[in-house]
Amino acid sequence: MKWAMVAIIVGATAVGDVLQSFDMKRHAVQTEQLRPSRWMSVLSGMARRAPIVVAVFMMAISFFAFMKLLSLADLSFAVPATAASVVLETVLARIVLKESVTWQRWAAAFCVACGVALLAM
Amino acid sequence: MTTSSPAAAPGVAASATGQQRAYGVDLRVKFLTIFVVLTNVFGNAAMSWGMKHQNVELGLSPLPYIRLIFSPWILFGTSLLIVWLLSRMTLLGWADLSYVLPVTSIGYVLNSILGKYIFGEQISWYRWLGTAAIVIGMIFVGFTTANTTAGRQLKERG
Repeated sequence: MKWAMVAIIVGATAVGDVLQSFDMKRHAVQTEQLRPSRWMSVLSGMARRAPIVVAVFMMAISFFAFMKLLSLADLSFAVPATAASVVLETVLARIVLKESVTWQRWAAAFCVACGVALLAM
Repeated sequence: MTTSSPAAAPGVAASATGQQRAYGVDLRVKFLTIFVVLTNVFGNAAMSWGMKHQNVELGLSPLPYIRLIFSPWILFGTSLLIVWLLSRMTLLGWADLSYVLPVTSIGYVLNSILGKYIFGEQISWYRWLGTAAIVIGMIFVGFTTANTTAGRQLKERG
């Protein structure tokens, strides 16, 4: 059950993050839009974009699975175990988002994955 | 919010002018990264505290989850995680996903530290080794440009 929750969290987070990154790159929030008076228009703009709506839905799935996982396991297991998504997302960033993933970034993803595995032990 | 302006977001660094802009606004990317990390760490901690002190049996039915969300600590944690989600979306517009992921992974380290000092969880030597690996990963990413797709974005926006 614990690992099933981890799998759901990793899969839903990866899809959600790729969709968010894909959409937010095309509609980046400008610095002046960070003023509180502009928040509602920024949020309503986001709510009308399909990739963001799907991404939020995936994050909600991830969130509820995370709640369930926290009831089954320690925080110091739950948070690191879900970081397996880092490697998966780096691969997706290269293939789907066409980001320039340099050797430093692959090394970073590898270090983070190793670190997370160690933290989960 | 959609923008038709070709103005570059913070972290943009693909063209010569983009490169110059990047160094001028990079501090904003860094501040937002710190904000994203802190809201995530404290949101997770509040959620964990709330979940550890609840007596509701969780199954496949969504009702117990919805009831739980309105308990004080989980409500606080959820609010912080909503702020985290929105600020992270903003950060993803300014920087690459493959940059944001390792840089914000310091949150895992902070979660472990909170787990030890607030929840009394055991932190073994290999967890500290894991912490060191994550920090090394962050250092690697620190040498890369935050946004490598900026040129394409500017072209797409016309």
